[in-house]
Amino acid sequence: MTAQEVRTHAIDINSVLNNRAKHSETNEISIKVENLNLFYGDKQALHAINMEMSKKKVTAYIGPSGCGKSTLLRCINRMNDLVDNVTIDGKILLDNENIFDKSVNVAALRRRVGMVFQKPNPFPKSIFENVAYGLRIQGINDKRILEETVENALRGAALWDEMKDRLDDNALGMSGGQQQRLVIARAIAIEPEVLLLDEPASALDPISTLKIEELINELKEKYTIVIVTHNMQQAARVSDYTAFMYMGELVEMGTTSELFTNPKKKQTEDYITGRYG
Amino acid sequence: MIKEWFKTGLPWVWLNAAAVSVCLIMIVSVLGLIAVRGASHFWPAEVIQFKYQDDDGQLKTIIGEHVDSSVTPAAMAKSAGYKMADDEDALVQYLIKTGNRDVTGADFRWIQVRNIKQQEAPAGLVVIERREWGNFYGQLTAVKENGNVIASGEEAVPIAMQKLDAALAVFKEINHIEKKEIGAVNYELERLRLKQKSLQLKNRWNAETEKTLAVETAAYNEQYKSYQSQLQALYQKIRLDSVVVKTDGGNEADISLSKIVKIYQPNGMGLFDKLVHYVNKFIEFLSDDPREANTEGGIFPAIFGTIMMVMMMSVIVTPFGVVAAVYLREYAKQGFITRLIRIAVNNLAGVPSIVYGVFGLGFFVYILGGNIDQLFFPESAPAPVFGTPGLLWASITLALLTLPVVIVSTEEGLARIPKSIREGSLALGATKMETLWLTVLPMASPAMMTGLILAVARAAGEVAPLMLVGVVKMAPTLPLDGNFPFLHLDRKFMHLGFHIYDVGFQSPNVEAARPLVYATSLLLVVVILGLNLSAILIRNHLREKYRALEG
Repeated sequence: MTAQEVRTHAIDINSVLNNRAKHSETNEISIKVENLNLFYGDKQALHAINMEMSKKKVTAYIGPSGCGKSTLLRCINRMNDLVDNVTIDGKILLDNENIFDKSVNVAALRRRVGMVFQKPNPFPKSIFENVAYGLRIQGINDKRILEETVENALRGAALWDEMKDRLDDNALGMSGGQQQRLVIARAIAIEPEVLLLDEPASALDPISTLKIEELINELKEKYTIVIVTHNMQQAARVSDYTAFMYMGELVEMGTTSELFTNPKKKQTEDYITGRYG
Repeated sequence: MIKEWFKTGLPWVWLNAAAVSVCLIMIVSVLGLIAVRGASHFWPAEVIQFKYQDDDGQLKTIIGEHVDSSVTPAAMAKSAGYKMADDEDALVQYLIKTGNRDVTGADFRWIQVRNIKQQEAPAGLVVIERREWGNFYGQLTAVKENGNVIASGEEAVPIAMQKLDAALAVFKEINHIEKKEIGAVNYELERLRLKQKSLQLKNRWNAETEKTLAVETAAYNEQYKSYQSQLQALYQKIRLDSVVVKTDGGNEADISLSKIVKIYQPNGMGLFDKLVHYVNKFIEFLSDDPREANTEGGIFPAIFGTIMMVMMMSVIVTPFGVVAAVYLREYAKQGFITRLIRIAVNNLAGVPSIVYGVFGLGFFVYILGGNIDQLFFPESAPAPVFGTPGLLWASITLALLTLPVVIVSTEEGLARIPKSIREGSLALGATKMETLWLTVLPMASPAMMTGLILAVARAAGEVAPLMLVGVVKMAPTLPLDGNFPFLHLDRKFMHLGFHIYDVGFQSPNVEAARPLVYATSLLLVVVILGLNLSAILIRNHLREKYRALEG
């Protein structure tokens, strides 16, 4: 795909979907959501969600604003713990282990489940220190290990060639797209198993978006990826599975090609064809 | 037309601009007044010789510096008892600093300009600055050594200067021995006395310890004796030399060289000499101890005490304020009680400072300090160690006073840090503590510095509470010296703010002290400015480093 195509929005969804379908063969479950309900105070935001996400595949959540897709994503690394007044029941199994278990160390869980946010949020530190941050909090201060990991992570996020001479510069001097890739590099530096992407390209220009999408394609060789997106074309381009959510409920989930070409539910069809109202 | 003009909003702009201008003018004039009056104190004033005819018709000579003038309307002067001629519409008077307090009993006098028959400034007049009794004005006629005249007339002044230089060198040595060496010996002797008492209290006082202590004491006493004899020899050297000065009344006075700080002839000085004199006086002001009930000499102990106390206060208030703010903002549940605490903290900033002083005296000094003394220093009873006002208690009291500003501004700084930064850190597996420590606090550090700047500005200028918890008019020793443990938190100290009050309003010689009040005020302003500027520089550096907040 070239930037030209992205910019013109002239995308042949079918050809893209066929491409994706080739990858989806082995199906090892990485994350399993079981009967998950979430309340903000009295208000229920998620209703009995059940879903499975496969290892080393990209799962996309789509749906209108406020449908709960970000909330669901943030359950997977327990980011909702930070919000007051949240109650959760149900289970999320990461490699068959309930992450809501009392014995689970949240910090350790988040090391296994990395997250990238909608708006790039680099720390006001050097590029090197941004990427090394996760390692430093694990107590790794060996310069050689740090340098090696930072280089690998930056290569993994396709930033190394641009940034290798500027590692000591402040990360806030980078462009938005570079910052978002830096944040991805920061997340993969600690080698998580799962990568959660919360609308990672929504604040970026088309070229940066394209770069991020290419990156997602490469990253799924190593990581289970869950991505929330507003942009259905993006979901179609990058994901293997897609879940459509509406009003806090999971309406339909399937392989991306199936969901986009042959939705089983009327609601899904209305949404993906733009007739949603 | 006018209505249109009002609509444009221009009147408000003018009003605001006027308000800002008035503020600026007031600040600049206050600072200017202090600066001019304070800085001119060190300039050598001309010494004038007046031929003055008293009311009784006698012609006298008056020598002195012109300090001030006053103009009184004729009617008022008449009712005050002055004889006024019909054609006079005002009585003009000069305030003359005549010095020679030991001879005449006063060193200032008012003279009426109409009675001045002649006035000149002979180059030969000398001003002698003395360690006691203020300045001496007159004509230097002779120099004596062991009571014998060795020089007189023209050559007396240069010889006197030479002799004085030698005497001052000796005096410096004396001062060193008295303050440093004998001070150290006394400190050690006191330590041994306390050790003995403490051993007695613990029932471990026996022949053996008595012997070792006696040996040590004897050694120190021996040292003391040797210093004492050294001192005597030194005093002998200078005590016998003196200068003879003729006063305006025609009397001759013998002034021992050991009592003299400086001899100069202001009328004979060129601009360069005056400049040198000015700089020397200024350096002396900054670096010397006060003399004569603080009205002469320098104010070094006060500068030192002020800076020391402010630094101690900063060291205490910053961690406490930051920790409190972090708890309130990051950990406490944002409910009714937290809100109540926040309101209380804000109101604490409005409590009159003397109240803090009373609290500090009652709680810190008497209760805390008293208990510390009972627990740790039973041997020095009944003399208190910490159970009396001192540097530590003053710093803590001021820290308490400035705590609200630090808490409030730190909290604001914490609140400004975007949620996304915290989430970014947490998502990488950092605990809340690590996130705070590695990301949030560094980013909030400019706000903490802002709080500290406000705290320093308030603390450095605060006087009222300090009078209760540690500041004194005259502290014999600095809180920092060469005797272990070097930093003496229990000592009382001097403070510029209190110094101004003391010199200006409690001094026996208000006229003589007034220029010093201006000079001290100027210095206090400069010290506060300096402390603030350094804090602002640090803050700007931090801001530059963590400028994520703007984005």
